[in-house]
Amino acid sequence: MTGPAQHHVAVIGSGPSGFYTAEALLRSGAPLTVDMFERLPVPYGLVRFGVAPDHPKLKQVATAFDRIAAMPGFRFIGGVTVGDDLTVDELRNAYDAVVLATGAELSRPLGIPGEALPGSHTAGDFVAWYNGHPAFADLRFDLDHEAAIVIGHGNVALDVARILAKTADELRQTDIARHALEILAESRIRRIYVVGRGGPAQAKFTAKELRDFLELGEADTSVDGRDVTPDDFEPQRPDDPELVEKLSLLRAFSQPATTKPRRCVFRFGLSPVAIKGRGRVETISFRHRSETAEDIACGLVFSSVGRKTAPVAGVPYDAHRGVHANVDGRVAIGRTVIDGLYVCGWSKRGPNGTIGTNRGCGIATAEAVLADLADRRPRPDTPDALLARLAGRVTRIVSYPDWTAIDAAEKRRGALLGKPREKFVTIPDMLAAMDA
Amino acid sequence: MTYVVTDNCRGCRYTECVTVCPVECFHVDDTMTYIDPENCIDCGGCAPACPVGAIEPDYRLAADKKFWIDVNRKRATETPVISARLPPLPGADERKVALGR
Repeated sequence: MTGPAQHHVAVIGSGPSGFYTAEALLRSGAPLTVDMFERLPVPYGLVRFGVAPDHPKLKQVATAFDRIAAMPGFRFIGGVTVGDDLTVDELRNAYDAVVLATGAELSRPLGIPGEALPGSHTAGDFVAWYNGHPAFADLRFDLDHEAAIVIGHGNVALDVARILAKTADELRQTDIARHALEILAESRIRRIYVVGRGGPAQAKFTAKELRDFLELGEADTSVDGRDVTPDDFEPQRPDDPELVEKLSLLRAFSQPATTKPRRCVFRFGLSPVAIKGRGRVETISFRHRSETAEDIACGLVFSSVGRKTAPVAGVPYDAHRGVHANVDGRVAIGRTVIDGLYVCGWSKRGPNGTIGTNRGCGIATAEAVLADLADRRPRPDTPDALLARLAGRVTRIVSYPDWTAIDAAEKRRGALLGKPREKFVTIPDMLAAMDA
Repeated sequence: MTYVVTDNCRGCRYTECVTVCPVECFHVDDTMTYIDPENCIDCGGCAPACPVGAIEPDYRLAADKKFWIDVNRKRATETPVISARLPPLPGADERKVALGR
């Protein structure tokens, strides 16, 4: 007796949502395989390139991804850029379902004058740089200034502020990229302003991220008293422990001790109007909730006001939401679903939630894929034929064992320096490590 | 630190937490779920997902709930891992209302 025909699913992207979608598909018991395509030779997406180097516990989630990668039917196809090395239509011809898990790699602009001045950066670029992303490793950040401003009150803004507030000794034993540690060690930044439009209760960062500011070795944290009244720290929802804790931390920061050489100052109710300077960033003009204006001097600004998905050729884009256009995970133009094309994670629902939120999201997308598979007509092409053609187009197709070799080499390099790993930050170095 | 399941879970056991746990650190028995503190990576995804507010980080527990840290640690060693959602226990929705949620 022959079983039902085996289906083939392609997942584009190897971050959390891609892995959890793959896991849900492979656990379903349906006869199928999952090929995970990744642009870089290394997997894990934002777990490698987004999670801050001083949050090592969160990175342990990678062991769950390795377990998923070891499931029968899973294949990693690294070093292949969908939309460049092969098209979405080629994938749709060869796979019964194609799931986009491409994340939200574009930083939203502030949309104010002066944003292009030297010294004005996005938080996303800075994060990718200190985490050693190959496309960002060559960026230059001039930290030879007294003051930096981070615009935004989300967790990424706090990551950037905290990395700037820490000394090289506080970061030395993390997996921060070596080039970043060298620049940060020479930083002259002593004041970091974390500026947001709303009040303390509207801040989107979590209490857990805010608690890290209690532990800074060389930086005091404060809240500028001009921006707040005592009422701002009274939770509207006293039964919300997260809000209660966040406001109580901010209240504590509003009665600061100033004994340490660096200062991290939270500012509330300020909207940026313009970035100004002759030839580079010198001040930022803000408008306060009270309609008064305020200029803050700084040599450096990092905007952290949200991210959106990069459009992929052949996939309709929802410009309003900044994601691949979809209805509950099925890619769609308006309400019309495109057969065999799906989306999960941040490129489905926007950049929110924790790593685990993407597990629930991936499970939901996998359910949509599984529900549709039975009605899929046979594909004109096959994955193996497609991969054979692809081999002639790319330098090297990277397998999961190849990644494991890169991983081991990074850990060996790190061990010599007392770090969990020293990342390779160029693609040639990654490829060389897997043959060493 | 770790996250901890507390008494509000007893008799509800919605298991929304299980869906969003990235590392499958939830265990289950007939009345509630427990978090294995050895596997929890402190991502915080489960706490807001719980419909009855049963999950808190250990440091935020009130003094009279601190004992749940040990209960979770002990029961996680005695009960199986749960990797997919279960239906809530009978009466869960009524209990949720009674809890003011």
